[in-house]
Amino acid sequence: MSSVYDVIILGSGPAGLTAGIYTSRAQLETLLFAGLKWGGQLQLTTLVENFPGFPQGIQGPDLMKNMRDQAEKFGTSIIDQEFTAADFSKKPFQINTNEKSYSAKTVIIATGADTLWLSVPGEKKLLGKGVSSCAPCDAFFYRGKKVAVVGGGDAAMEEALILTKFAKEVVLIHRRDKFRASKIMQERVLNHPKVKVIWKTTVKAVLGEDKVSGLKLKTENKGIWELAVEGIFVAIGHTPNSSKYKGIELDHKGFVKRKETYEGGLLRYFTSTNVPGVFTAGDIHDYRYKQAVTAAGYGCMAALDAEKYLEEEV
Amino acid sequence: MAHIDVTDQTFDKEVVQSSVPVLVDFWATWCGPCKMLTPIIDELAGEFADKVKIAKVDVDSNQASAQKYNILSIPTVILFKGGQPLNQLIGVQSKERYKEEISKVL
Repeated sequence: MSSVYDVIILGSGPAGLTAGIYTSRAQLETLLFAGLKWGGQLQLTTLVENFPGFPQGIQGPDLMKNMRDQAEKFGTSIIDQEFTAADFSKKPFQINTNEKSYSAKTVIIATGADTLWLSVPGEKKLLGKGVSSCAPCDAFFYRGKKVAVVGGGDAAMEEALILTKFAKEVVLIHRRDKFRASKIMQERVLNHPKVKVIWKTTVKAVLGEDKVSGLKLKTENKGIWELAVEGIFVAIGHTPNSSKYKGIELDHKGFVKRKETYEGGLLRYFTSTNVPGVFTAGDIHDYRYKQAVTAAGYGCMAALDAEKYLEEEV
Repeated sequence: MAHIDVTDQTFDKEVVQSSVPVLVDFWATWCGPCKMLTPIIDELAGEFADKVKIAKVDVDSNQASAQKYNILSIPTVILFKGGQPLNQLIGVQSKERYKEEISKVL
């Protein structure tokens, strides 16, 4: 019974919400599925210092609230639910929840990426019981305790620094012999008195019965050993939320593939997927840059691509 | 019927000694995901009225209760029956999930 939307956007992080701002300002009927936990990865972070336009920084949740308010101001309808299935095999495209089915002439896939877990014994069992991937969320509960952070990128550095405000000691565990994080973050971490780094080490298991009591580690040239900690914060990267996209081409790691199309030597669509009329934006596709501002940039391009598609091909 | 706010001082009386099952939501003001749970908790309070008590504990000002029940991440929702913590859900879940857990203790 529902009418056909011009655009359905899947995802409510910077990519999805920026796309919503653009499509609704272009007077396109826009529906956005925000999921149960709207706002993406920035909802779980503290101060965002590198999003342009904020010399004093801005809190992640505040930035996302601003983006959402902006999209809604221009007319984006937002549903705070998960969609259960997406059918791209025929037009109009169908997006379903448990209760209803929604139709759209174009779809923008922007469901981002989620925590990549270690997938070692004990990790799943003790999730929320000492195993976490969000220091801003959970550091509070580790006051005066010894905790570990696993990872070598900016996220791991940030987790470690947040934890130093509460924990007694932060052990940073990395499988290589140097970090890939930005220089400024590395310096802050390596110079911090509460942080100790263990290089060339991987986690083999998370130990503990009702809560984390330690980790089983393997260090190059040292073998297997145990480290007593009360918490472990996993920050080794992200995995794309792409399991529901039948018919959409993904790469071998599950990221949505982007297809550039040209006409007469000029760029036509930059953010298209293998299905004409379905576009992609943000971390669901971009594993190289994965910044809030690049996601927002992609969201804008996807919106402009959808608009062009609607004008010229529908 | 709305939810009740429980403190370290009132926990025993309101939760442990309750004659009906109690759903306890451990939260904090600085916890974004906890805020997303607020409307769901309010709806549950309305729907289950007298059959289940819906309680909220602010872990910032009630650290004893949070520590007693080993809260290491929020939101954590624990279902109590006869004073015992029977089941818990960590992280934001769908309303259906909470209803499923509630029906197990009714």
